[in-house]
Amino acid sequence: MSMIILKAVLYIILAPLIGGLLSGVDRVISARMQGRQGPPVFQPFYDVYKLLNKQTTVVNSIQVLFVTGYLIMTIFTGTLFFAGGDMLLVFFALSMAEVVMVMAAFSTNGPYSIMGAQRELLQMMCYEPMTLLVAIGFYYANGSFMVNDLIQARVPAIVQIPGFFIGFVFILIIKLRKSPFDLSTSHHMHQEMVKGLTTDLSGNNLAFVEIAEWYDTVLMMGIVGMFFLTANPISRVWALIACAVVFFLETLIDNLFPRVKYITMLKVTWSVILVFAGTNLLILNVLK
Amino acid sequence: MKISKSPWVLHYDASSCNGCDIEVLATMTPLYDVERFGIINTGNPKHADVLLLTGGINAQTAPVVRQLYNMMPDPKVVVACGICACDGGIFKECYNILGGADKVVPVDVYVPGCAVRPEALIEGVVKAVGILEEKRKKLKESMKQGYCTVDYSKMAVHMTADDYDPSTQYDAVLTEEALREQAEEKIKATAKPAPKPVAPAAPAANAAKPVNAQAAPVATNNAEKGDNK
Amino acid sequence: MLNAVNFLILFPFLMAVIIGFLKKASPLRSAVIIIGGFSIMVTAIYVAVNVLTSGDTSRFVYLEHTHVPDMLVIAGEIFLMGLVCFLSIKYKKYYAIIFSLVGTIPVLWMDLTGKAVEGNTHIRIDTFAAVMYLIVGIVGILICIYASGYMKDYHHHHTDVQDRSNYFLALMFVFLGAMFGLISSDNLGWIYFFWEITSVCSFLMIGYTRTQEAVDNSFRALWMNLLGGCGFAAGLLYCNLNPELQISNLSQVTHTSAPAIVIVPVTLFAFAALTKSAQFPFSRWLLGAMVAPTPSSALLHSATMVKIGVYMLIRVAPVMAGTLTGIMITVIGGFTFFAASLLAITVSDGKKVLAYSTISNLGLITACAGTGTTEGVWAAVMLVLFHAVSKSLLFQTVGDIENCMHSRDIEDMHGLIIKLPRLAFIMIIGICGMFMAPFGMLVSKWAALKSFVDSGSVWLVLFLVFGSGSTLFYWAKWLGKICTVIHQSFELEDTTPRSEMVSIFPLTSLIVIMCFAFPWMSGHMIQPILDEAYHTSIPDVIGGSDIIIMMIMVAMVFMIPIGARFLSIGKNSKMTMSYVAGVNAGDDRHYIDSFGKERALYMSNWYMTDYFGEKKLLKPCIYIATVLVAVMLIIVVGGAF
Repeated sequence: MSMIILKAVLYIILAPLIGGLLSGVDRVISARMQGRQGPPVFQPFYDVYKLLNKQTTVVNSIQVLFVTGYLIMTIFTGTLFFAGGDMLLVFFALSMAEVVMVMAAFSTNGPYSIMGAQRELLQMMCYEPMTLLVAIGFYYANGSFMVNDLIQARVPAIVQIPGFFIGFVFILIIKLRKSPFDLSTSHHMHQEMVKGLTTDLSGNNLAFVEIAEWYDTVLMMGIVGMFFLTANPISRVWALIACAVVFFLETLIDNLFPRVKYITMLKVTWSVILVFAGTNLLILNVLK
Repeated sequence: MKISKSPWVLHYDASSCNGCDIEVLATMTPLYDVERFGIINTGNPKHADVLLLTGGINAQTAPVVRQLYNMMPDPKVVVACGICACDGGIFKECYNILGGADKVVPVDVYVPGCAVRPEALIEGVVKAVGILEEKRKKLKESMKQGYCTVDYSKMAVHMTADDYDPSTQYDAVLTEEALREQAEEKIKATAKPAPKPVAPAAPAANAAKPVNAQAAPVATNNAEKGDNK
Repeated sequence: MLNAVNFLILFPFLMAVIIGFLKKASPLRSAVIIIGGFSIMVTAIYVAVNVLTSGDTSRFVYLEHTHVPDMLVIAGEIFLMGLVCFLSIKYKKYYAIIFSLVGTIPVLWMDLTGKAVEGNTHIRIDTFAAVMYLIVGIVGILICIYASGYMKDYHHHHTDVQDRSNYFLALMFVFLGAMFGLISSDNLGWIYFFWEITSVCSFLMIGYTRTQEAVDNSFRALWMNLLGGCGFAAGLLYCNLNPELQISNLSQVTHTSAPAIVIVPVTLFAFAALTKSAQFPFSRWLLGAMVAPTPSSALLHSATMVKIGVYMLIRVAPVMAGTLTGIMITVIGGFTFFAASLLAITVSDGKKVLAYSTISNLGLITACAGTGTTEGVWAAVMLVLFHAVSKSLLFQTVGDIENCMHSRDIEDMHGLIIKLPRLAFIMIIGICGMFMAPFGMLVSKWAALKSFVDSGSVWLVLFLVFGSGSTLFYWAKWLGKICTVIHQSFELEDTTPRSEMVSIFPLTSLIVIMCFAFPWMSGHMIQPILDEAYHTSIPDVIGGSDIIIMMIMVAMVFMIPIGARFLSIGKNSKMTMSYVAGVNAGDDRHYIDSFGKERALYMSNWYMTDYFGEKKLLKPCIYIATVLVAVMLIIVVGGAF
């Protein structure tokens, strides 16, 4: 029990720091890829600090509630995962948190916000099958839904569910808001729909959204790492290396591809999920 | 920590020929790379700290600039890029140009040039960011006293200037009719033989008023004079 | 106990007759309905509580010698057949006559020539029946009470429809009586009789407005349900007449020692259940049923009647485990779940979205039952419970919104949270109850996922995960529409009468309570069902730690708004307009265009009709599903001959 609390507290305290650092590293690498110097690595922390010191402007009074709810639920989801909970529940809670964020954008009645919100819902429709399938894939590989059991696996899950891994890295593009699938809001400069989902948020609210995204990034990296974890402590090194490689890959994809139309995103994502994860699922079922 | 380490920029073209706009965008390119300073070009006033204005203000863009400025959360600074934004530039005498950006918003930094050079622009933005830091301190002070000295309660474009006292609040809203009137007055003024130095009392007073507003405009230009012949 | 059951079955018929005589909407009629309704509810709860707390339900069996009731049943069947034939001739839809005759005459022949198996108990109340009693007794009666107020408003607004509301309300009670009869019966012949009553009731209620569209839709519902009835009749005949089987009771079917033979009638019963629960390819009748007044949609087509189909499936689920029938039912159910949720994205009529959502959720329940595993049955029963409450609430609220705003289009519900705050709030709870964690539907979906994974069906897992994504999309965008805060819009007059609130508030509270109470429900209501169905003691489906986490989530969902209100988060924020590229005209609903004119700004929802629209998707889905059903019937039933 105390281990669980310790893990939860560690996550709550360290995740924003790690997430912010990852975000900063992402920006520096992108800049170098573009031949620029780029911001300092700690820039995301400066950004959030500035946002927290700005006046908060809102469009209505419930938007703050929704954004706060989003932050709290994202923290809860990550804590659930790192404390060893049920993976399916983690993903369901994550989708609930995202829906609350979408409600924040819907409530503003601004055109960019609402369009961003609907695109965010479409993105959720695209990646939700894969996230659920990841949980199911882990169940097939290791016989349990609980993260506590999964990290004590004998064989790294990647050996049995590589298709799921590929599918998951693919939808990570959507989750981490990278081109070509950053339809609802982009981390880069204003594109297409101003800031989409976060258009009508500012100050504190925006800072909360940033921090929540950091928690989310750490959670996603944790899931990527879980594909490589076994009971052997050396596997942690492999997991970290895998996270680093995947993160670099995501940044690379971000810089390579332009944004696609929504129907392309839907078709491509669902096809990838069906082909890679579906085939893998079929094979696992046949082998059982 | 200083908030000047992360100044986010909103770039708006009021009526520019796009020459200054290209230079503004050039600063974002790898050659000049303002992201070194943490500057991001957000297109959203609600996320921005620095308003970069290019081009002179005309009747159509005056309410827009006003609205964008109002939507920006405090503390905020305005940089007028290029001579057209400073005082109307080469188009100062046109019937449609009301003048520089300071006709509608208080400007903190004037960066002249036609087109403004990226290096000058970067220096101007850096200076503006310094002003931003000072404003933040003053904002904190005024907030500590329990009130905010600037009243942002009225923002609708269609409210008339009668709703405000322009001498006390610099974000008075100008209606389209008022702006058109102002333009017509200017046309009449240009027909006069001896142009009297029109001191735009209202905007200048506006620009100087609020406690937490600003330091003196840093520039080599005399942007406060209206019709320079 | 038997007296209570008799009361529950027969009293609604009596009430129907009484209401039939009270032509005008009067306080007397409302009083009769309320008093009668509450007495039924109380009796149902009494019976259910007795059964649930008794510990051993095998003693609740009655009525072995049933000569008089059997005569009544035969008379009733002849009456129904005559009614259907008469109305078919009147409206010139002759095909319905064929179905009715094919369904009724062989059964009558069997009864009258004494070939039916006699001597077994006709009534059986076990835990599942008790749970269904609760659903029908509570939700059904609340809807009837709602209807008594609603019909008055309805005829006030729809002056072109002849006021036969006494007839409508009487039918609702007839229907309730039939439901109670069906749930309590163990004898297949009786189940069939009550099944047919519900089909005919549905037919009569859909055609209430007597417009051409209503008549067409009602006959579509009729022929589809009667077709299912023919399937049921065939199964009934097979059970009674087949020399190897010779069984007359449903419990004998489910606890059989000859699974290979019994699968044939089970398949036929499953086919009947598919038509009743509007699975593809039989979904069009449910969509067409939306022309009826809202109480019929709420009662029949979401909360109770369509539940009969899945009730049958859940009953026969243990027999279906591992068989071809089970697999086909699972695939049809999963396919319906996914396809209906895609179609639901593309429609903007509120009732149509709810209809598609019903079809979709019933598909999920069907699929869960089809797996035949214990987790599957657990998930199916939980889904039935939560769906009945949430969906009836949603239908009723949409009906009220239609009465207040004269439109039930989702686009007109833009900004409902300001216009009709109370109804919007109830709608939010209802919609969240349908898809959000940690509300009940999501818990059930979670259990369903776990059960599918164990069942080894790849199709099903894929259908479920993809369908889960699209379900989220259409509910969340509706929720967003309601939650939009439009400045300077004003509150509309909420004309919802008090009698409707009597129904809506309990249902809303029930959703919330069931959120907290679901571990208790799982342990005391559903585990016993599993134990009885599988004859063994089944371990808990959802483990202890998961339950704790769920409770934390539920607490969070309720604490966050309450906490935000008290901690005054966001009170010091500055209010601005929404960003419209700097040309917001000041009220967030207009902008200044490039000519300087003010124009209205409106955000609609995203429907994607080009890709998932009814025109594109409905026919292919029906074809695919027809093939699946045909394959199932041919292989299983044809293989027996």
